[in-house]
Amino acid sequence: MADETKHPLKKVLMICAKGSLEDVLATLVMANGAVMEGIETKLFFTFFGLDGITKKRMNKLHTATVGNPAMRMPGGLPFPTLLGALPGVEAGVSAMMRKQIDELDIPRVDEFLEMIEAGGGEIYACKLAVDMFKLKKEDLADEVKDIITIGEFYEMADGLQTQIIFT
Amino acid sequence: MAQKEYAGKMIDIDDNGYFVNPEQWSREVAQAMAKENGEELTDKHFEVLEFIREKVKNGESLTIRSIGKSGITDVKGFYKMFPGAPLKKATLYAGVSKPSSCV
Repeated sequence: MADETKHPLKKVLMICAKGSLEDVLATLVMANGAVMEGIETKLFFTFFGLDGITKKRMNKLHTATVGNPAMRMPGGLPFPTLLGALPGVEAGVSAMMRKQIDELDIPRVDEFLEMIEAGGGEIYACKLAVDMFKLKKEDLADEVKDIITIGEFYEMADGLQTQIIFT
Repeated sequence: MAQKEYAGKMIDIDDNGYFVNPEQWSREVAQAMAKENGEELTDKHFEVLEFIREKVKNGESLTIRSIGKSGITDVKGFYKMFPGAPLKKATLYAGVSKPSSCV
C-alpha cells in the first residue's frame, strides 16, 4: 500500500533572475503567499532580477512589448512587434499594466518587499550580479538583508520539506 | 455537515474547520477556539476579528494588506498577533469562511 502521509512544505527558496514587471511580481506574489502560509521564505535576486530590489528602479519596472508573443492589444488583437518598438510604447503599456495590477489590490514592489519582510521572509541580493552592475548596498531596498553568494544561499536550503524555485 | 463544540455551543463547520454560518460566532466561541491552540485573544485581537467579520459581511476582498491598512495593526503586528499563517488563523477565529485571496 502506498504511503499517504503528507509532508507539507516547510521552507521555500526563490531565485528571481529576470527584471520585467511580471517576472518580479510573480516572484513576489509566490514569496508573499508562502509567508502568509507560515512557510519559511528566502528570496534571492540576481542579474536583471536585481531591478526588483534596486530603489531607483523597483517601482518603475517594465513589461516587454517587443519579443513578447503573449502581448495583446486591449480587446485581444495581436500586438505588432513593430508597434512595440516605437518610442514610448513600452512605457505606456507598462504604466497601464501597473494601473491594472493596482486595481486588483496588488501592492507595488516596494510595499510587497515590506510585507514579505514584516511576515518574516528574508530578501537577499546576489553578490556576483551586484558587482557586475556596480551597485552598492545603499542602492538596494532597505528590506534587503544581505548581499551573498549563491553558495551561501544554497546553504540556507537545509532541512527536509524544502524547495527551491527559479522564476 | 460536521459540527464541533466550542464554549458549550454546537458550531457547523466545513472540512477545514471554518464556520459555515458566521451568525453562530461569539467572543466566547472565538476564545475557546484560540484556547485549543494554546492562545489567548486580547481586545486588540477582537478588534481585528470584528474588522474581518465586517469586511466579509460587506462582500469586500480581504487581504493581509487591507488588515495592515485597517488602523488596528500593521502587517508586522498582524503576523505577531496570529503567528503562523495569520490570515487563515484570523479568519478561522473570526467565524468566517476560509480566505480566497492570493495577497
